Amino acid sequence: MNALPCTIYISFLGALLALGAGMRSAATARVVALVTALTSCAVTFYAASHFTPGPGLQHLIDVPWIPQLGIRYHLAADGISLTLIVLTGIAAVAGILFSWNIEVRAGEFFALFLTLIGGVYGVFLSADAFTLFVFYEIAIVPKYFLIVNWGSTNREYGAMKLVLYSFGGSALVLAGLLWAYAAGGAHSFGLGDLAQAATHFSRGEQLGMFGLVFLGFAVLAGMFPFHTWAPTGHVAAPTAASMLLAGVVMKLGAYGCLRVAMPLFPVGLMFWQPLIAWLAIIGIIYAGLVALVQPDFKFVIGYSSVSHMGFVLLGLAAANATAVSGAVLQMFSHGVIAGLLFAVVGRMVYERTHTRQLAELRALPLHRLMPFAALTFVLAGLASMGMPGFSGFPAELTILIGTWQTSPKWALLAAGGVLVAAAFTLRVMQVSFFGTTEGSTPHAAQPHAHPMAPITWAERAGAMLLIAATVYVGLKPDVLLNWITPALQSPLFQAALKGGAS
Amino acid sequence: MNSTLPLLSLIILAPCAGAAVLAVLRGIPPSVSRTLALIFSLSPLAFGLVALNAFDPARTSPQFVEYQTWITALNVHYHLGLDGLSLVLVLLTGIITPVALLASWRVKHSPRMFSALFLLLEGAALGVFLALDFFHWFLFWELSLVPAFFLIKLWGGPGASRAAYQFVIYTIGGSAFMLLGFAALYVATGTLDFTQLALLAADGSLGVKLAALGGIWPKTVFVGVFLGLAVKVPLWPFHTWLPSAYSEAPVGGSMFLTGVMSKMGIYGFLRILWPIFPAQLHAAAPCFLGLALAGVVLGAYAAMKQTDLKRMVAYSSVNHLSYCLLALFAVSYATGRDGLHAEAATAALSGTILQMFNHGLSAAALFCCVGVLESRAGGKRGLNDFGGVRTVAPLFAGLCGISMFSSLGLPGLNGFVGEFLIFRGVFGLNAGVATIACFGLLATAIFLLTFWQRVFHGPRAGAAAGEFADLNGSEIAPLIPLVALMFILGVWPQLLAHLFNPLVTKWAGHLVLP
Repeated sequence: MNALPCTIYISFLGALLALGAGMRSAATARVVALVTALTSCAVTFYAASHFTPGPGLQHLIDVPWIPQLGIRYHLAADGISLTLIVLTGIAAVAGILFSWNIEVRAGEFFALFLTLIGGVYGVFLSADAFTLFVFYEIAIVPKYFLIVNWGSTNREYGAMKLVLYSFGGSALVLAGLLWAYAAGGAHSFGLGDLAQAATHFSRGEQLGMFGLVFLGFAVLAGMFPFHTWAPTGHVAAPTAASMLLAGVVMKLGAYGCLRVAMPLFPVGLMFWQPLIAWLAIIGIIYAGLVALVQPDFKFVIGYSSVSHMGFVLLGLAAANATAVSGAVLQMFSHGVIAGLLFAVVGRMVYERTHTRQLAELRALPLHRLMPFAALTFVLAGLASMGMPGFSGFPAELTILIGTWQTSPKWALLAAGGVLVAAAFTLRVMQVSFFGTTEGSTPHAAQPHAHPMAPITWAERAGAMLLIAATVYVGLKPDVLLNWITPALQSPLFQAALKGGAS
Repeated sequence: MNSTLPLLSLIILAPCAGAAVLAVLRGIPPSVSRTLALIFSLSPLAFGLVALNAFDPARTSPQFVEYQTWITALNVHYHLGLDGLSLVLVLLTGIITPVALLASWRVKHSPRMFSALFLLLEGAALGVFLALDFFHWFLFWELSLVPAFFLIKLWGGPGASRAAYQFVIYTIGGSAFMLLGFAALYVATGTLDFTQLALLAADGSLGVKLAALGGIWPKTVFVGVFLGLAVKVPLWPFHTWLPSAYSEAPVGGSMFLTGVMSKMGIYGFLRILWPIFPAQLHAAAPCFLGLALAGVVLGAYAAMKQTDLKRMVAYSSVNHLSYCLLALFAVSYATGRDGLHAEAATAALSGTILQMFNHGLSAAALFCCVGVLESRAGGKRGLNDFGGVRTVAPLFAGLCGISMFSSLGLPGLNGFVGEFLIFRGVFGLNAGVATIACFGLLATAIFLLTFWQRVFHGPRAGAAAGEFADLNGSEIAPLIPLVALMFILGVWPQLLAHLFNPLVTKWAGHLVLP
């Protein structure tokens, strides 16, 4: 467990090394980046194997940082952070494997990528609101450069929009936290201390602070109607960055809601709960319907992320232990699955066909030109549809069970969302990969006299890693639920998770 | 009975392993992949016969039970069990799959992948018939859609894409609400185990817990589970996906869809809906009886109006499957009323199970015959594209004729026994319904005889005017076992009926509302 903070330092160190190695050659930078990611991933797995689940945060490091303001460099972890750290480790390795073909300024690319990863690790480990906020900002900056320098379609617009939304969100968070810090007597930014102080806040203060902090984080989690940065940003980003954005960075927002907003301001949560739930439900269904009619392959996946994050937000809004554990499981599950989907669309398909228009892909017998990509996409699509046997199913089932306890109405609408998800996934699956099937147009394969480049080992390895993760968790959700459930028993969470009230 | 061998897991996993083997072996020639697939597809039948040998019909509780803790957080257990009902369906799956593979022996495009998907489909169906916990029952239930989708889409007819999409979306649409229903059951009871839920339902505590939800929510739970099953069977009016899916699927696919997958829905009604929601089903029974009647009568009349033979057989499936549900709903309707006679209920329920098996045989055989016609006529399968086939292909005419008469319910063939028992039972429970259902019988006779006359009799015409070979070896192979079973079960239905008689008698003897 105590090794976990190393993941942050390893990532930042690796970023520097990759930058240096990039001077020499792109290949060296790649290897350095992969070794870094593998090392921190190994650290998380090592920590996970020695983890004893229990309520409350297990403190890793706690030293004064800016003592005058009561700010401490305080890192701690519980089952929820551990779940997301493991996700980050897996996503980082997969992301680097899927960026193996980056040749232009590879050193900088991997340096930014690893900085982003380091920031994400930091957020998931922080137990001090200020530390958390610092890491949160560290994670935002590299996103902009990754998209602007290595992105595609409308990248300046996508990058600017994403960053403005992110900064806007973090400004709200900061305002809320400063308010709480000031109102609490300005002693400490520690999450526990803030929660302690918050018990003395007036109802109005709680409502305001919760509103600011939750909204700020929820923007990054893609809550409707503040989700529009997500599809454009995901589409503009290079593959590895889309994988991380959808897979991990959106989780930062959801994690912030869960770790900061909900336990600190339980009174605020009770007040805003119905609004959040309804926005989440609208997000699930609206984004699903938009995905159903997108002509661009990557936009479909972008909107599907918004739809799936809606389930996370709904699980959080239901505010009982079952629903929240489902939401955390869904965070993990969506992180893996979205990574896989973006990898297929951005790396495997786009870099070979140079089109993302479904109408054009339809004319290609892609399932025969690249059977491995087709198989990967089918598996990822099934997982994304919530097919049992993949991680999405236990997550959605748990969220449904929990949401039903709070409000059957919400659960009923969420079940409708499951259906919409199935419809758009199945549509995009059959149009993109199985648009032209056997016999109908035998000449379809002819125009592509130059065969598609074969799938590389790096792509195979990355895809296998992610598929293995989603299937393993799908069949054995206990591994994660056994970490998450005890963590929710901590007094801090119990204050928020009254459950049942609506 | 305490065999150390996990027999039921083997039944499910052997075909899945076969699918994996076929998917991995890339370079093997088509003939090898077909043979391998056939061998693997026969394994459930082999294991099923082993189970049959050790099976004790007198015990009505599940046998060969496997029970392992799986997911503690959701109280999920790996729970498999086999009773008379499951056994009949395992045997049916074990018979239909190899036969359907034989009927697809000459699939040209990638026979290896075709066989692999087919084996996966078989494994999933067996899983549905053996699982006793919702978690993996649903896993298999949904898993079966994946190979079915690709079999229809990649090996199907010209409209296959649309049909496959429609089929999967309808079914998932139903399943999503079933999932919600079970989420609600879990909230109320803390378990997803079918047997435990049924026990809770029987002593009335489940009803009390659901009623605590208030408002329309207890009904929503029931309707959610009902929808998932009704789409799968399908019950009228949820059947609209069926004609296109069955008629666009490749021959083997249609045989399996109608032979086995439609039974998954009826099995669900018997295993899940009826035991877990006896009171709700009873309350809804008048309405459902109407739906089943509509399926019986309208299904048959729709079949009468079809000129496409595959669609005709597809609609006849709607008709035949509705008999099964008609019987179940009649029993549920009569529960707790004056008209309840235990022997009528026994007859109706025995008829349901027999009809499931018999319809599997006869509908699969009919789809196989239409496939033969289609292969001879270059893809045409209209009612008016043939004529006088009997003179050029007497063997084919004979086998097809037997299948038709089996489907029609001619005494001496298997179909008669099931339908007779259903009518006997339903008449005893609700004479009016049985009378109306007779119109379905009449229409079935009309369309099947029209099929027979137009295609096999008269002067040679259409595709049969030119060269029209009689059945060859690979076409006879699938039909022979089916036709043989039609005769055997027609004469000796007890062979099958003794497996589930005690079970059905127990069901009929305990018909009380909680």
